[in-house]
Amino acid sequence: MWQFIGIRVLQGIFTLLVISLLVFLATRLTGDPALVLLPPEASSKADYERVRKQLGLDKSLPEQYIIFLRGAVKGDFGLSIRDRRPTRDLLLERLPATLQLALAGMALAVVIGVPLGILSAVKRDSIFDKGGKLFAVLGMAAPQFWVAIMLILLFGAILKLLPTYGREGPENFILPSFVLAWSIMAGIMRLGRSSMLEVLDSDYVRFARIKGLKDGMVVWKHALRNALIPILTFSGISLAGLLNGAIVVEQVFAWPGLGRLMLDGVLQRNFPVVQAAVMASAFFYILTALIVDILYVYADPRIRH
Amino acid sequence: MATSDLVLENAQPQLSWRGRLAEKRLPWIPIAVLLVLLACAAFAHWLAPHDPTSLNVINSKLAPFESREHLLGTDVLGRDMLSRLIYGARTTVQISVTALALGAVIGTVIGLVSGYWGSWADAVLMRITDAALGFPTILLALVVVVIMNPGPPAIILAVLLTVWARFARMIRGDVLTVKGYDFVTLARITGVKAPIILWRHIFPNVANTLMVITSLMVGQIILLEAALSFLGLGLSPGAPAWGIMVAEGQEVILDVWWLSLFPGVAITVVVLAFNFFGDWLRDYLDPKLRRAR
Amino acid sequence: MTNDVILRVEDLQTHFFTRTGVVKAVDGISFELGRGETLGIVGESGSGKSMTAWSILGMVPHPGRIVGGTIDYLGENLLEKSRGEMREIRGSGICMVMQDPLTSLNPVFTVGDQLVETLKLEYEEPKRSLRRRAAELLANVRIPAPEDRLTNFPHQMSGGMRQRVVGAISIARAPNLLIADEPTTSLDATIQLQYLRLLKDIQEQTGAAIIFITHDFGIVARMCDRVAVMYAGRIVEQSDVEDMFDHPAHPYTEALLQSVPDLDTDVDTLPSIEGQPPSLDALPAGCSFAPRCPHAWERCQEYPDEFTVAPRHTSRCWRSE
Repeated sequence: MWQFIGIRVLQGIFTLLVISLLVFLATRLTGDPALVLLPPEASSKADYERVRKQLGLDKSLPEQYIIFLRGAVKGDFGLSIRDRRPTRDLLLERLPATLQLALAGMALAVVIGVPLGILSAVKRDSIFDKGGKLFAVLGMAAPQFWVAIMLILLFGAILKLLPTYGREGPENFILPSFVLAWSIMAGIMRLGRSSMLEVLDSDYVRFARIKGLKDGMVVWKHALRNALIPILTFSGISLAGLLNGAIVVEQVFAWPGLGRLMLDGVLQRNFPVVQAAVMASAFFYILTALIVDILYVYADPRIRH
Repeated sequence: MATSDLVLENAQPQLSWRGRLAEKRLPWIPIAVLLVLLACAAFAHWLAPHDPTSLNVINSKLAPFESREHLLGTDVLGRDMLSRLIYGARTTVQISVTALALGAVIGTVIGLVSGYWGSWADAVLMRITDAALGFPTILLALVVVVIMNPGPPAIILAVLLTVWARFARMIRGDVLTVKGYDFVTLARITGVKAPIILWRHIFPNVANTLMVITSLMVGQIILLEAALSFLGLGLSPGAPAWGIMVAEGQEVILDVWWLSLFPGVAITVVVLAFNFFGDWLRDYLDPKLRRAR
Repeated sequence: MTNDVILRVEDLQTHFFTRTGVVKAVDGISFELGRGETLGIVGESGSGKSMTAWSILGMVPHPGRIVGGTIDYLGENLLEKSRGEMREIRGSGICMVMQDPLTSLNPVFTVGDQLVETLKLEYEEPKRSLRRRAAELLANVRIPAPEDRLTNFPHQMSGGMRQRVVGAISIARAPNLLIADEPTTSLDATIQLQYLRLLKDIQEQTGAAIIFITHDFGIVARMCDRVAVMYAGRIVEQSDVEDMFDHPAHPYTEALLQSVPDLDTDVDTLPSIEGQPPSLDALPAGCSFAPRCPHAWERCQEYPDEFTVAPRHTSRCWRSE
């Protein structure tokens, strides 16, 4: 088991290195960063050389990459081009908002998606099952940004029930985390339903009944534990979707998180900020994927041994 | 536990004589939606009543059905919504089809090579595939846009970078199966060259899988393209793309709600249609794939 | 014998209501079983023998329903029991080992856990003493180092071991009746023999009656006291084992017996008989075996009654009239 986790950690570090190389090269490919920093007019050759030296651009590319990596470990990617603030501060400022949102979204998706999926299987072909299917199918087809806007229109403007921007109180979390969660919830529901149906049709569930266990025990212990394994795998895969969604959702709900930082950075061509935000999200993405892998090992004894 | 009783009853051994014929019926509604989409894309210049980009400040913010000239109303700048929607279909189809076609070709080739040759080539290619599969698409798109600047090529590249891996994964799995069939072994023994085996013997046997993944991917690609357009990473502002139209409507949502509503509905309906069609195709062509997604 | 009957099935009918019509999977069968007795139910797949078992357990799958007859267990009709009452009978009174014992264990729980949860239904004792009982059960089915095995997951055990664990679970609550549904189809020959020995062992230890559902006359000869031959949802012949082997009365039984090469070898597949087993939703009007029967005559246009050909030996064939 430790070997398995060890391999996963190494893979994660490797992926991070690849991404860092990509991010590093991306900014070097787009032209001379020194030119971006210099005011276009009053720039003498001496100014240019000074900035280049300041940025370490006079060194060779591998050397620059090492320096970049060393900074990256500390979250230091230089100063934001726009407001000259250290990227590290920006990251620390924005990160909690995104983590909270992602956590809320994932929790919502699991807490609602798993029971709904199980119940759909249990009450197969009932109105509940059909309604659940509609909800899931829509969740997978409706674009998040549009759902977000429509919910703002409905709950913010027409019903005036919920706040539509900012993150002051818990009520601010309702709309963004729902939008973030819906498509993942939909996936969990459908997968939960199908894996539950499959498990309920298995010999060991039948045998559990034959030996006289109560129906509740059979469903919620024997069947659920097995049905959860594919759901866990899916949740791991949907982490990527969560990050995708976070960028969109933060944009629509004016959520002061990493996603907006990243998007603004791209649109303003603020490279240090983009680097910092991309690396930070990649890091957290890989970290959570690793956690899911470890959970998976615990959920399925067949892998553990 | 009245609820669980039901399930356990249902979940008893399935009987062989229970037919599955109902699943084979053609999904007419999704097919109709897709035909409308393709017609709009192909004949946008005939079907659209107006130029999607021509401004008309006098007639701005017309509500749907308010004027016979502008059936679905006009936007803030007086552009005809219906025409913009029809041209938006064209944009969607162009970008999605290009990205999908490129992704399918690249992914299939990599899947074929990886599955057929195996050994180190397979190991390396599948590591890369896994990395690409796991990486958040929009993050990737952002990196691409940093390098290339916003625009259709950037969107296509960004979509492509995530799409190919799905094809590669599934096709490789199929190739591993087909590789074991006798006719492939026979061809190898008789000295047929690898590219010919791949093309003549293996590819036709993975074609079903290819079609199924393609149809199942379209919906996701359309959503991705729309999201990237919405974020301003795609076409220039003002261009008739559904994602951009939703974004334009967002600023004035309280005032002119239909600007965001219609393009969003269009995206949802089209994605729904593709998803239903893809599910149907999967069940029809290959019941084995039912759970492999 | 009669006062020691634990199970009496009378005119049991289990039908499936499908979109295309009613399928009479079990169509009026009757038999009885004494304490400690072993009954073999023999038939091809689709003859209704498994459905008989599910009917007795009260677990008939979805489009199916028991539409008639009685199942008397210790003098009480199981068909009048509520769900809860049926659940209490399952496991403690009647238990079943399914076709593939290897998939009967839940892969995510330890063997000990699965034994203990069963024992908990029977004994109100602290967990520690339940675990002791579990270990004893494993020892009873001859699993070495049973205490250590309790912490194992099913995949950590060999096929033969898992089989024994399933056996141990099925006798955990000391049922009076054990149903074994084709217990040998998925096993290779040596494990098959071990398994049959295990069941015999269990029977000797617990004195349980056993219903063997099989298509293998070799097993019947080795294990059973009585035998019932099923064809297309009905019992076509029923008698004590020796009597059946010596004087088969029904042509179907004859054909089955003729194609058993040697009773001491194991036969995996049903000996071939000309023609196909009939489809249950399109049965011929008269005797359902008539289309494949070498002795068929006009009389077979009508379904035969049950005739007593010898004491405790009945047959549904006009030839026995």
